[in-house]
Amino acid sequence: MQVRVFVTPRKGILDPQGRAVESSLQSLGFKNVSGVKVGKYILLEVEARTASEARDEAKKMCEALLANPVIEDYRFEVDGE
Amino acid sequence: MKWGVVRFPGSLDDGDSLYAIAEVMGQDARMLWHKDESLGGVECVLLPGGFSYGDYLRTGAIARFSPIMKSVAKFAADGGLVIGICNGFQILCEAHLLPGALTRNRSLSFICQRVWLRVENASTPFTRAAKQGDLLRLPIKHGEGLYVAPEDEIRQMEERGQVILRYVDADGRESDAANPNGSMRAIAGVANQRFNVFGLMPHPEHAVEPMLGGVDGLKIFQSIAGSAR
Repeated sequence: MQVRVFVTPRKGILDPQGRAVESSLQSLGFKNVSGVKVGKYILLEVEARTASEARDEAKKMCEALLANPVIEDYRFEVDGE
Repeated sequence: MKWGVVRFPGSLDDGDSLYAIAEVMGQDARMLWHKDESLGGVECVLLPGGFSYGDYLRTGAIARFSPIMKSVAKFAADGGLVIGICNGFQILCEAHLLPGALTRNRSLSFICQRVWLRVENASTPFTRAAKQGDLLRLPIKHGEGLYVAPEDEIRQMEERGQVILRYVDADGRESDAANPNGSMRAIAGVANQRFNVFGLMPHPEHAVEPMLGGVDGLKIFQSIAGSAR
């Protein structure tokens, strides 16, 4: 089952990459853009019988390794949900 | 004192650290392999700088799961002295042996320069050879040295004296210009609540002989050597 994990800098944590991308977009003329954050997109194939089992596994993986809760938030999508 | 320097795949400053401890300080030091589980009876473990596991995912995130890190965590829990320099600091944060995290420099650039640091707490095993307020001149070289922690946690750390080193200017004053990477409260080095685990971004092992441009790094190593149990 495919799990798609999105990891983004936590709200309130300085995100210099997001800020640099935002100011580049604005200098290209995209004056309507704000709140840019740069994060990670991680694709996983998880062996699981049900989507909820995959979801439980994915949550454990995010907390153990894929995201650092001090600086990052995560969310994920599971196939079939 | 018996020291162990952990070599991870991608460690860079393991050799220089061993040189500083063994050759310059004349201490008993050995290299420890990341796959080993035994610390060989050392009294201080040093996690060196570098790019362990290619900095994949996050700096220090993968090294934390090396077999030796279980032993290092147990050693720290038993009160053993652990110092992490640069990537070693990042590993200690990822391993939850130190609070906070290190993330991309404010400038997004890799920084390689000498900085001034103020000793904020000289009553730790890592700084006892210095005096509070002393200035140290040490090199930094990192892309991800911006120290971050929740505001209330930083406040508590400051009250407990866990902030050990801060980036300052040559006169010992904090300023935005003297903060090379944008670290919160200009924090360059922190200890755990028990003061037996210490992490810092600057490199004391690169400042141990005059021909390296300074000897202020010796203060850190002398402090540790003088803290043998």
